[in-house]
Amino acid sequence: MSTGTGPSRPPLLQARGLTVRFGKVTALDGLELTAPSGRVLAILGPNGAGKTTFVRTVATLVRPASGDLLVYGRDVATDPAGVRREIGLAGQFAAVEPTMTGRENLEMTARLFGHGRAAARRAAAAVIDRLSLTEVADRRAGTYSGGQRRRLDLGASLVGGPRLLLLDEPTTGLDPVSRREVWDAVRGLAAAGTDILLTTHYLDEADELADEVVVIDHGRVLAAGLLGDLKAGIGRDVIELSVADPEQVRAAGRILEQVTLNGARFDPAGRHASAPAPGGAAELAAVIAGLADASITVDEIGLRRPTLDDVFLALTREAACLARTGEAALTPVSAASRTDRSTP
Amino acid sequence: MTTTQLTLPQALGRPARPPRAASASGQIALRALRKYVRTPSLCVMAVVQSAMFLFSFRYVFGGAIHAGATSYVEFLVPSYVATIVLFTGGGVAVAVAEDKTAGFTDRLLSLPVSRYSLVLGRTVADSVTNFWSILTTAAFGFAFGFRLPGTWLDGLAALGLCAAYAVVFTVVFIVMGLFAPNAQAAQGMSLIAFVFAFISSAYVPATSMPGWLQPFSKYQPITPMADAVRSLLTGGTSDVGLALAWSVLLVAVFTPVAVLRYRRG
Repeated sequence: MSTGTGPSRPPLLQARGLTVRFGKVTALDGLELTAPSGRVLAILGPNGAGKTTFVRTVATLVRPASGDLLVYGRDVATDPAGVRREIGLAGQFAAVEPTMTGRENLEMTARLFGHGRAAARRAAAAVIDRLSLTEVADRRAGTYSGGQRRRLDLGASLVGGPRLLLLDEPTTGLDPVSRREVWDAVRGLAAAGTDILLTTHYLDEADELADEVVVIDHGRVLAAGLLGDLKAGIGRDVIELSVADPEQVRAAGRILEQVTLNGARFDPAGRHASAPAPGGAAELAAVIAGLADASITVDEIGLRRPTLDDVFLALTREAACLARTGEAALTPVSAASRTDRSTP
Repeated sequence: MTTTQLTLPQALGRPARPPRAASASGQIALRALRKYVRTPSLCVMAVVQSAMFLFSFRYVFGGAIHAGATSYVEFLVPSYVATIVLFTGGGVAVAVAEDKTAGFTDRLLSLPVSRYSLVLGRTVADSVTNFWSILTTAAFGFAFGFRLPGTWLDGLAALGLCAAYAVVFTVVFIVMGLFAPNAQAAQGMSLIAFVFAFISSAYVPATSMPGWLQPFSKYQPITPMADAVRSLLTGGTSDVGLALAWSVLLVAVFTPVAVLRYRRG
């Protein structure tokens, strides 16, 4: 696997044959990944795929059984203290002390990052200001709403000004408004130059935040690359329609298949059909004409770009097929083989 | 207006070096103490619990226990105070286990803080709270009719030895909390301490136990630790050396275990 970055700037992450075991369970199984800095990297995968283990390994909380993991060129196994100076971790649970106020929590964490008393106070004040915690800053964290608590936790991972922010499922369990607030904060940090590694099982979250995604399953990388490239790889637009009368959905599906020459998918509710449409808008027009000829009334019809859902389903299905037929595993797209995004 | 134009990472800055061990330990200790003081179920219940046990021993079981030449209250209170941390210290194991399941320990371990500081900070804070238990329990002892048999100086020496025990038991309970998978398990594990507390000379004369049980009582640390406090109160020094040796041994064994456990995550 090639490394696309220059020698002057070590890549954000370099994993070679990274294997982590918990007793007999292999959580990471020879994971290979190279990711340049300057991007928001999202780790996607089903539950139990190894996402959290990977983040915990980057955070030096878990030791690899074999293989290496370098964070900015520092080895997590031999130089964990060096790695810890570069990172800030916000785990799955809001790790704040409920009996202390938001400000006390932030100042304590800032001191533990190595700030002096005055610098810790300034860092806490800056985080409170930017993460909209001013009104609740001097209340105990135990009285916070879920969203406030999560923002405080995010703030605590930031007070040391880390180069790399690790977010393990940062919005799990949050309401839509709080989710947006966390997203905005993450985007602001990324724009200001903080590298971000996040795990999520919400595809829309990766869609919103990430430049680059790594799909993992069973502790291995299924695919990695720029978000746009991955979508383009799955690539084809999809025509989706829903009919007014469920009786007619099969007939509508046949028209879809005749035009697109692809198998149609029907959803269980019985009114929706969809099929990949390599011909795009021209095929959409042909389908509409065909439906009109057959006097099928549609409630809704449209062409959409593939989403990360499509990518994810295609990849995991492909991997499952390959595993069944015993063929070689999917070759991961090297994240680092692509050129660095120019900083805006 | 320049400050508002700074991006957040610029406004925060990166510390030039990791925190000093003393400063990091201080922050860890401060947080544990704040939690204790601000959680009534911790600081108040520990006191209530120790008073209830003392009350039961003194007034309920006490009448049926013959402590030789001395009255039972004279026999019981010194060793009860010496071993009170075995009852109240379970809270330490629970707090340590809770930090782990709540992700708080992960946060601490991801920071550039030495693992010694984590153990030292925790030990300092919990030794202070355990010493608070010792002081309040001693006060209840006097309220329930205990009087110093020797001088005030003897009393202070005995209290000092109890303070040393507070540190010893704290380290042991921290290790229990680190090995427990969750808070309930930590609570359960801390009951092991009861075995050592009850099968010792702390609450009854060891000679009243059946013969097959006496060796356990004699050769485990709590018996000399309890006897040493009784001895100091009357101006003696018997068992003090043995009690101190046990204390040093326990700290020397359990502290590295705690540090290693933190290091392995």
